[in-house]
Amino acid sequence: MKAPKFDYIKAESRSHALELLDQLGEDGRILAGGQSLMPTLNMRLSQPGTLIDINKVSDLSGITLEDGVVHIGAMTRHVEVATSPIVAKHLPLIAEAMKHVAHHAVRNRGTIGGSVALADPAAEMPACILALGATLVVESINGRREIAADDYFKGLYETAREPNELLVEILIPSKKTGEVSVFLELAQRHGDFAMAGLACVARVSNKTFEELRLVYFGSEDRPTIGTGAIAAVIGQTCSDECKEAAAIALANDLDPMTNLQGSAAMKLHLQKVLTGRALDTAVERAEAT
Amino acid sequence: MSEATLEISLTVNGEAVTKTVPVRQHLVDFLRTELGLTGSHLGCEHGVCGACSVRVDDAVVRGCLMLAVQADGAEVVTVEGLTETGEIADLQKNFVERNAMQCGYCTPGMLITASELLREPKPVSREEIRGHLSGNFCRCTGYHAIVDAVETTINNRLEEG
Repeated sequence: MKAPKFDYIKAESRSHALELLDQLGEDGRILAGGQSLMPTLNMRLSQPGTLIDINKVSDLSGITLEDGVVHIGAMTRHVEVATSPIVAKHLPLIAEAMKHVAHHAVRNRGTIGGSVALADPAAEMPACILALGATLVVESINGRREIAADDYFKGLYETAREPNELLVEILIPSKKTGEVSVFLELAQRHGDFAMAGLACVARVSNKTFEELRLVYFGSEDRPTIGTGAIAAVIGQTCSDECKEAAAIALANDLDPMTNLQGSAAMKLHLQKVLTGRALDTAVERAEAT
Repeated sequence: MSEATLEISLTVNGEAVTKTVPVRQHLVDFLRTELGLTGSHLGCEHGVCGACSVRVDDAVVRGCLMLAVQADGAEVVTVEGLTETGEIADLQKNFVERNAMQCGYCTPGMLITASELLREPKPVSREEIRGHLSGNFCRCTGYHAIVDAVETTINNRLEEG
């Protein structure tokens, strides 16, 4: 299908984009990489009054490391994140996740900020930034504020960002000594929407989980921390019993949505399977370092 | 609401083009209807099938997921351009020899996507070729012949240095 009629304004600068967002309110829609927005326009699932194109705003992209924190500009494209030496060294979880982010041509356009701002429940980046305890920087004409990833995801495509705010940067703590991460995803075709997925960050000593963060995506309405599963495993030595306890607890953490990618029951089963694999892999990676 | 339009200037297959386009028109509709470049195909029109793949500023993108107005100032290369320059002549020959198409609808997108692997060829596994082409649907061939054609082209280029 063809997109409905809308107006289009190319933002010349960050302040221009913020002014437009403020003037247009709910009627304005930010066009970043467009890899999720354009399909919804073509299918007429969304009808914005005006698209505010931020692709030419130069100071919204780039990856830097400052005092143990990786700063990623919101307009940084997936391909840049996937090939960044800083990300490879300091954010191995994101480097591993990037292999699952859509297809080659989509990674060339899509942006990390677009993915996080949209908060698609099957997307990889929202799960990663929640697992890594990132901070999101948003700006409006009234100034700048920081939102912890823990407080950011509110529901299906709902976030703590206000309509007049622009996501400008994501601040992600770099990997600490002794920390390991695992990213797992199951999809029908490589690069497609996740049926189930898991971002895991852990500290493991002698096969015992000292610290653990498990964030599930693709099954819930937002990236979701497996609080019960973590509690079942923390302080325990990795074993079949330990993994079984995590799987049992996970049934209370998750309430999967049935969608085109699978039924609720299948998704819960897959998340349990991925949990066991992630715990095993975390132990293997800890022993290899 | 009236149709909003904008004038854009871009380079398409090496030629400068200036046109006024509806802001809601995506890049492939512009290429096909305004410029008559019908090599870029529209399958799903929501970014899943890859038939619309084109090169914009040296990167392969989904032509249906980019507005024509966003290509203002850009260099766009379509399968027609890649054919004219001879950049993928060996790949095209191998597609024919290996019968890597039946209806041909996906072929332009396959060629453009595969061309990325040929620009700085390095040894790749069939698995990697499949991964690279995973965003392009073919409903005729079962992919095997396409992977063969791409693999042969890469290996030949590596041998020739």
